[in-house]
Amino acid sequence: MSTDTSPTDSTAPTAADGTPSGPLGRLRTRGTTRETVELLALGIVGLLAVVMLGFIGLYWLQELPYASTAYEQFRIAGRLLDLSLGTNVFKHPFMWQSLSTGVLIGIVAPLVGSFLVHREMALIGETLAHAAFAGVAVSLLFNAVTGWDGSLLFGALIVGVIGALGVQWLADRTDTYGDVPIAIMLSGSFALGTLLISYGRGLTGISIEGYLFGSLAVVTVDGARMMAILSVLVVAGVLFNYKQLLFITFDEQAARVAQLPVNSYNTLLVVMTAVVVVGAMQVLGIILVAAMLVVPVAAASQIAVSFRETMYLSVIFGETAILAGFAFSIAMSLPSGGSIVMAGIVIYLLAIALSKNGVTAMSTR
Amino acid sequence: MNPVISLDSVTFAYGETPAVSDITLDVEAGEFLGLIGPNGSGKTTLLHLMLGLHDPDSGSVELFGEPVSEFDDGHRIGYVSQQSTSQSGSMPVTVQENVTMGRFAHVGHSRLSAHDYETVDDALETVGIADLADRRMSDLSGGQRQRAYIARALASEADLLALDEPTVGVDAESRDAFYQLLDDLNADGITIILIEHDIGVVTDRANRIACINTELFHHGDTESFVDSEALTEAYGVSGRVVHHDH
Repeated sequence: MSTDTSPTDSTAPTAADGTPSGPLGRLRTRGTTRETVELLALGIVGLLAVVMLGFIGLYWLQELPYASTAYEQFRIAGRLLDLSLGTNVFKHPFMWQSLSTGVLIGIVAPLVGSFLVHREMALIGETLAHAAFAGVAVSLLFNAVTGWDGSLLFGALIVGVIGALGVQWLADRTDTYGDVPIAIMLSGSFALGTLLISYGRGLTGISIEGYLFGSLAVVTVDGARMMAILSVLVVAGVLFNYKQLLFITFDEQAARVAQLPVNSYNTLLVVMTAVVVVGAMQVLGIILVAAMLVVPVAAASQIAVSFRETMYLSVIFGETAILAGFAFSIAMSLPSGGSIVMAGIVIYLLAIALSKNGVTAMSTR
Repeated sequence: MNPVISLDSVTFAYGETPAVSDITLDVEAGEFLGLIGPNGSGKTTLLHLMLGLHDPDSGSVELFGEPVSEFDDGHRIGYVSQQSTSQSGSMPVTVQENVTMGRFAHVGHSRLSAHDYETVDDALETVGIADLADRRMSDLSGGQRQRAYIARALASEADLLALDEPTVGVDAESRDAFYQLLDDLNADGITIILIEHDIGVVTDRANRIACINTELFHHGDTESFVDSEALTEAYGVSGRVVHHDH
């Protein structure tokens, strides 16, 4: 997977023969520096994602002959990084695991969020996070009762996806993503979660706090692997369906008239959201997870001219927020979720300031 | 040749409230049909039924000779909804991206080809907004936005253009130019269905009129409509015909 192949292929303004013409030609020559910088940043994000996926893969397969050598090299590189930075972070595989999960969230959350925000479905992420919380509680109880040792996130994923389908079912029947069904779903699943956890407290000793507020230490081996697989699926899903998702987001009725299966794409979008939310709640926490879907996109929408640029910028901003948040969280020994969201909000405020200073006007003139 | 749209005894209600009652009419290829009626008379609902956005409670709808539920040549219809034209949404989408959406029904999941981009360019030229291609839709004036939506319909090479009150919030000059554009497109053979509250515009431009108020009061050519009593019947004897001076 690499994000530097983002939706370029679907709306690239260059004709197939490489000679842009008409208004496309003008588009091409305008803001070239800006576009180059964005593509460069995206390339770096993509490279980072590949490295992180590589780590998760090697960590998984370290028993295999070649992988074990490569994995050892990785560990050595981590120690060197620690030495040169004077830190005590990169030598620990579990930190790499958290970092990998974070880096992948920084890509997939804004990617899916770009569509959610502009469909005015931003609260869906929050709702599905609460459904996933109920899922964690169900898994805790299930594990305690049966003695099974399955991943809590797996349960969260199942309940999250069921929640997503439930939201979509309600939306299909009421023709909107109305506030009321969403609010009921959100508080209802959280209520169920709290009941289950209180009931199961005597049965399990696991702390739920990590899931509520997000923590670097919460990311499990299974969690990181799941995030890696799901990220590849989500990025592929968005790239493959970019045109359809864009059309539906911008003008749903016209998309229906054009005979696009709008309900299926809506379902796909909601299910992808559930998947992203479950992956992201390890690091961000249930309460803050929606921020990663919304804040980078809101920042990007302030200064982007086109939708494609919005997606580029929101991934770049999302990744920046993740890395800055991680750095702050490690340096100050504070929770990662709050740090990342605050970093995102700083970016958002900067974007507003920039757009007020006429960056948009400059780039479109 | 099949009519573009064929309605047979179509009835539709929102819950208990009837919106469209027993309407039968055909729209032939090349027509410019003006759909008029008082506020809340079911014009938009009727258009939605024609396009398959609603399923009728009874009666049948055919699009290009096929039952509307089986119709899948989405690119043959260019639709400009009420919401899309009055929106001042903040979604960052350029004129270029909007018009390119007209090609999406053609290409599905494949990449857009050079031909697709040429078609988009041509559509932008035809409606005269090529110079606005990389502006955000939300930054356009009402009149420019109309043109961008028409360009999207042209880019999809639609045979049928369905417009729901496209000139709400558009200044008089742009409105005249816009209707001139519709005339030209109609002269090129594109079938047009227009919902418009300004009856004067409709009788000037359309060659067929359907006047409804839940039921169909008149369907025929413009002259026969002007001569008929349909207007007073549909709008009520109080003569609450909306006059606009823009």
